[in-house]
Amino acid sequence: MPDAGLTRLTAAGMSERLRAGDLSSRELTEAHLALAARENPALNAWLMIDAAGARAAADDADARLAQARADGPPALAALHPLCGVPVGLKDLVSVRGGQATAGSRILAGYVSPYDAHITERLRDAGAVILGKLNMDEFAMGSSTEHSAYGPTANPWDLGRVPGGSSGGSAASVAAGHVPLAIGTDTGGSIRQPAAMTGIVGLKPTYGRVSRYGIVAFASSLDQVGPLARDARDAAMLLHAIAGRDERDSTSAPLPVPDDLLHLPASDEEAAGHLRGVRLGLPREYFVAGMEPGVEARVREAVGALEAAGAEVVDVSLPHTEYGLAAYYIVAPAEASANLARYDGIRFGHAVRGGDVLANYLATRGSGFGPEVKRRIMLGTYALSAGYYDAYYLKAQKVRTLIKADFDAAFGAGIDALVAPTSPLVAWPLGAKLDDPVAMYLTDACTLPVNMAGLPAISIPAGLSDGLPVGLQLIGPAWGELELLRLARGFEAITANAAWRGLEPAGLSALRSQEVGVP
Amino acid sequence: MGTLSRGDVEHVAHLARLGLADEELARLEIELNHILDQYAILARLDTDAIPPTAQTIELENILREDVARPSLPQSEALANAPERDAAYIVVPAILGGD
Repeated sequence: MPDAGLTRLTAAGMSERLRAGDLSSRELTEAHLALAARENPALNAWLMIDAAGARAAADDADARLAQARADGPPALAALHPLCGVPVGLKDLVSVRGGQATAGSRILAGYVSPYDAHITERLRDAGAVILGKLNMDEFAMGSSTEHSAYGPTANPWDLGRVPGGSSGGSAASVAAGHVPLAIGTDTGGSIRQPAAMTGIVGLKPTYGRVSRYGIVAFASSLDQVGPLARDARDAAMLLHAIAGRDERDSTSAPLPVPDDLLHLPASDEEAAGHLRGVRLGLPREYFVAGMEPGVEARVREAVGALEAAGAEVVDVSLPHTEYGLAAYYIVAPAEASANLARYDGIRFGHAVRGGDVLANYLATRGSGFGPEVKRRIMLGTYALSAGYYDAYYLKAQKVRTLIKADFDAAFGAGIDALVAPTSPLVAWPLGAKLDDPVAMYLTDACTLPVNMAGLPAISIPAGLSDGLPVGLQLIGPAWGELELLRLARGFEAITANAAWRGLEPAGLSALRSQEVGVP
Repeated sequence: MGTLSRGDVEHVAHLARLGLADEELARLEIELNHILDQYAILARLDTDAIPPTAQTIELENILREDVARPSLPQSEALANAPERDAAYIVVPAILGGD
């Protein structure tokens, strides 16, 4: 049995020990591989665990760390802190020579011919890629139940969903299979599963991280970002993947602040950052249908921030209620165009035997699952002749109004907006599967942020009936560093809360039957 | 706004090149109409004078020099094709005759 506790360390803690030389990346990687292999039958978080690739990457990182230690402090300082640290990737990130199913049967057997930009960046940093994580098919869903490869269980209660679409990423981090994972967020798909599994999830500003090599869903909304167990770790992963990439023309030519690597370790310093910040409480985000336990945790969190010296003011984002309808026109419309490429001719699942049209119909009819078909149908309809103005153009105009609401709040001197991430805690598997509109409504607090292209983070704010509640902080464009500082501040002022450091209850039951945890 | 008939659903499925079974078409007719009902809220907003937003960051005309660069070798670009013949992807004939 490997050294107990290695899978509980933060990425920052791992990084320190790797640099000091009292822990090898190989040892760390073996501990994480062992835990992931043992628990994946119960969680189904991983679609593929690349043990051989991870061991090779760990050995390479150990060689780089040894060389840097021999060369002295400047060489060590030049290594990215992720060198030797295990990470997981949502299974829509291209890794050369490996699978990228996007949770879909239509990409079964597809082999990526190249690395995504962020895969290159992670390799350059020396991160150890452990494997690929489960997700709703093409990132369309809020529960990971729309994966063609079976649902992922929530580590807090194995009978409940982990949220989605990055449910595998969230569950793996919450369970300690990896300290860090990559997700994507088109309408809440990083933040909502982070909230439901009690971890940190950051959706960066549209344009902050290149999407080159990431399977596309809705191209004017998709962003890539980190899931982690705390704000410092999320900041480290963002630092590694962010920045201009000429292969994604929407990636912004802006510098990535190195201060992302220097969020305060001390609680006192972190809490001090909260003094004098102006936080806006958007009244429209306390929506009808919000669970009382969620509202209670969010109000308590706001009270704690106020007590720490933040100024909290009520604000209004009056077009919030239109966000859901506008989003569910824009996103399916873009998806219907992006998913036209799955035609069974150049790659992926293919049904042959008829003429071209019959082959298309059979390939796509059998390759896509029900939620993806629903969205392709919606999007195709919204873009079809005679309906474009009524639906797509109208939604794009409403998008202007939603963005203007946020601009007005930040223009009036608000540093960040504070809101719930999800109006609900994790629900039982299957509970919303037959009611698409009920599932869509669960994203009401996250998707306006994508419509406006803004950065937002979900951080743990306690439990409701034993299930995690997420607090969402929304910032102005390019304001990730400030959001992470605020998140770190909230961690500091709640460091002694009873819910901090609890092992997810579903895992405790699983692990109590075992000898120990690596 | 609109209401979709069974015929409309079949037409949209054809446009989207989705081969759907009868029970899928029947379920989609109900589900899509339920979702379209949710869109009705947008009609409350007067947006005649509002410009559309296609994307949110102010970047335009990102250009590069028009010079050839290395790309995937043909063998790798074709490696995922379900059917291929030497340097070609095989598809069914789209014009009549043999």
